[in-house]
Amino acid sequence: MTVAKRTFDAVIVGAGGAGLRAALQLSEAGLKTAVLTKVFPTRSHTVAAQGGVAASLGNSTEDNWHWHMYDTVKGSDWLGDQDAIEFMCRKANEVVVELEHYGMPFDRTDNGKIYQRPFGGHSQNYGQTPVSRSCAAADRTGHAMLHALYQRNVRANTQFFVEWMALDLVRDSEGNVVGVTALEMETGEVTIFHCRATIFATGGAGRIYHSSTNAFINTGDGAGMAARAGIPLEDMEFWQFHPTGVAGAGVLITEGVRGEGGILRNASGERFMERYAPNLKDLASRDVVSRAMTTEINEGRGCGPDKDYVLLDITHLAPETIMKRLPGIREIAIQFAGVDPIKEPIPVVPTCHYQMGGIPTNYKGQVVVPKNGDPNSAVSGFYAAGECACASVHGANRLGTNSLLDLLVFGKSAGETVVEDFNSGALPLRELPADAADYSLSRMSRLESQTNGESVFDVGLEMRRTMQKHAGVFRFDDLLKEGVAKINEVAERAKRTEIKDKSKVWNTARMEALELDNLIEVAKATMVSAEARKESRGAHVRDDAPDTPETPNGRNDKEWLKHTLWYSEGNRLDYKPVNLNPLNADTKPIALAKRTY
Amino acid sequence: MTKRTLQLKIYRYDPDKDEKPYMQDISVELEASDKKLLDALVRLKGVDDTLSFRRSCREGVCGSDAMNINGKNGLACLTDLESLPQPVVLRPLPGLPVIRDLIVDMTQFFKQYHSIKPYLINNDPTPERERLQTPEDREELNGLYECILCACCSTSCPSFWWNPDKFVGPAGLLAAYRFLADTRDQATSERLDNLEDPYRLFRCHSIMNCVDVCPKGLNPTRAIGKIKDMMVARAV
Repeated sequence: MTVAKRTFDAVIVGAGGAGLRAALQLSEAGLKTAVLTKVFPTRSHTVAAQGGVAASLGNSTEDNWHWHMYDTVKGSDWLGDQDAIEFMCRKANEVVVELEHYGMPFDRTDNGKIYQRPFGGHSQNYGQTPVSRSCAAADRTGHAMLHALYQRNVRANTQFFVEWMALDLVRDSEGNVVGVTALEMETGEVTIFHCRATIFATGGAGRIYHSSTNAFINTGDGAGMAARAGIPLEDMEFWQFHPTGVAGAGVLITEGVRGEGGILRNASGERFMERYAPNLKDLASRDVVSRAMTTEINEGRGCGPDKDYVLLDITHLAPETIMKRLPGIREIAIQFAGVDPIKEPIPVVPTCHYQMGGIPTNYKGQVVVPKNGDPNSAVSGFYAAGECACASVHGANRLGTNSLLDLLVFGKSAGETVVEDFNSGALPLRELPADAADYSLSRMSRLESQTNGESVFDVGLEMRRTMQKHAGVFRFDDLLKEGVAKINEVAERAKRTEIKDKSKVWNTARMEALELDNLIEVAKATMVSAEARKESRGAHVRDDAPDTPETPNGRNDKEWLKHTLWYSEGNRLDYKPVNLNPLNADTKPIALAKRTY
Repeated sequence: MTKRTLQLKIYRYDPDKDEKPYMQDISVELEASDKKLLDALVRLKGVDDTLSFRRSCREGVCGSDAMNINGKNGLACLTDLESLPQPVVLRPLPGLPVIRDLIVDMTQFFKQYHSIKPYLINNDPTPERERLQTPEDREELNGLYECILCACCSTSCPSFWWNPDKFVGPAGLLAAYRFLADTRDQATSERLDNLEDPYRLFRCHSIMNCVDVCPKGLNPTRAIGKIKDMMVARAV
């Protein structure tokens, strides 16, 4: 098989919010840039974000970045790195205002400013009262944002390779990243993209779970490629279960519904969040709300014939408010739950939503790995941003609206770093190894020639069921141990996947088999990391971690205030310290405390 | 629970092996959780992995799975299985070249979208904070910005079928009006100049197929009418 080669200054993999934001930086600086994306850019999953993007603009209620930083650190259950969190919260106003300048159709306040609504875990004055910090375009903020970013890239003449799937990272003998291999869907041909800088913005891998708000395309391609190339994955045990996925369908219902006044109720109609979070109630952090809901259901207070969901009630809101602020939610409820939320509450269950962990980076978007005693040594030529990356700003639990902020801030930051490195001469075009495409080609030919193999559909289903059962909202030692054995078995089966479709043209069976390889890396990372972490923190909660004065909510800072690093080779774990120091010397660190809402 | 079977008739074409396209009669066993047409297609793909179609969000916001369903364009993920007479006849979107099965080449569609300069043009110095816009002015963008570029509208439009290279089509014109209607945009006359020719705008004959099929309930015909009004207003 002949393999074409193309050369660029920079290659960005993924054209969601982070990839498009990074692309703008590079295109506007004049770097020869290729953006590879397996779907047309506006089909990326950023499009599905609903409730808003966080920025302490203070348009409706008093606000500042210090409060936002406090909320984010607390939300992360102190696992987030405080330098990256400070950086993100301080940059928020700038990147959101930029979007407005790009043409994003934000809703407006009466005096013409960007409309902001309350959201879970965001507060005034260090946890005191809810704050309106979420900048919104109705309940279609991600759609409005993704289209505005794509449109700005059209203006900037960014070069896209649409419906190209990246296959593998190419590293040279010293470990420097020198490009990627990619498959063009329409022709089935493999091309090597040789470049000075590679930015991964490939999104999350929520499709490892059976019940997920995520799109089919969220298959952890960046994480999988990085893991196969020897880069560790950080904090993969931390997955966000969004409190309000439509029961059965899994489709997301934004937290903005509760921001606008929505209330969660159990079978007796009780507003149960008052018992779990007396202060912020329904607007507590997502992990807290998801656990409360699961507890209600487990203790028999769920709704419906099988008592297996709770109700999200907005029937007390004015129909005009629903039509104006939550029109998309009404459509979704009618389409996927069969109820009109103006008249009836929506059945909801906690649903896998967001990957807090990912490819380890610093706040500049550089990928960092342990090397020669330095836990955060930059990999030359490799950058990552958005959900595929772990900066780490979300730590053990992300706050709603901080994901759109993450992809803007770190997409831009990664782009800026590449431009700086390029201009300073720190990004040479390193020689491509002679066998650059061999690994990808061997994966392809294995798949091509496999006989008596496993069905991609069946192995995928087994993986999703295993994750759902063994690494869910609440975690148990025996289930996790079994889960590790099971997921390793599933991973063995995935090595023998077979496809019937042998066509060169738009072969989606091949694409799904290659995506499964990526999902499997993420699933293994999740299960192995979760089994090992013997404490409760944020979204990772074990039944055997008691709430004591030394271990508040089961969190054991003495032993577990550290980031997990999982290596694919040998299925092995390592750890590195959390950065508790903010970026600037005059910013006060947020001291460890018990998390209550 | 009793199994449900869905009968389908699907347009199949793999240029790698088929001399010409054909309609395949096929049925699929559904699970209780399969509610939408996309659920059935994913189920079917589990049995026959050669069936090719685009899909992503499965909730009607990404615009990937547009296809012709029983003669009418729509999104598979928003189409209730219960609403469909069987056999369900599935064809690729009409009027665009077929690459394979239900996958069409959308180059021409996006070319027209790009031709209207789909980005805000404002040459004032960038202010430090957001540009102000009244809630009323912002409301002018409702019904315009929500477009998901699925191409259901343009590929149901006879004018677009005949002149896909010259007529912008409903999706592109909806986007053109989205920027004309934005109080922050300063390129009104440039945008109108760009559409002032016998084909680009004026090939719309208000057939309204676009309105009929839009899965987001948008109204491109009304937007096109408003552009025509602006053309007239500036001519007098």
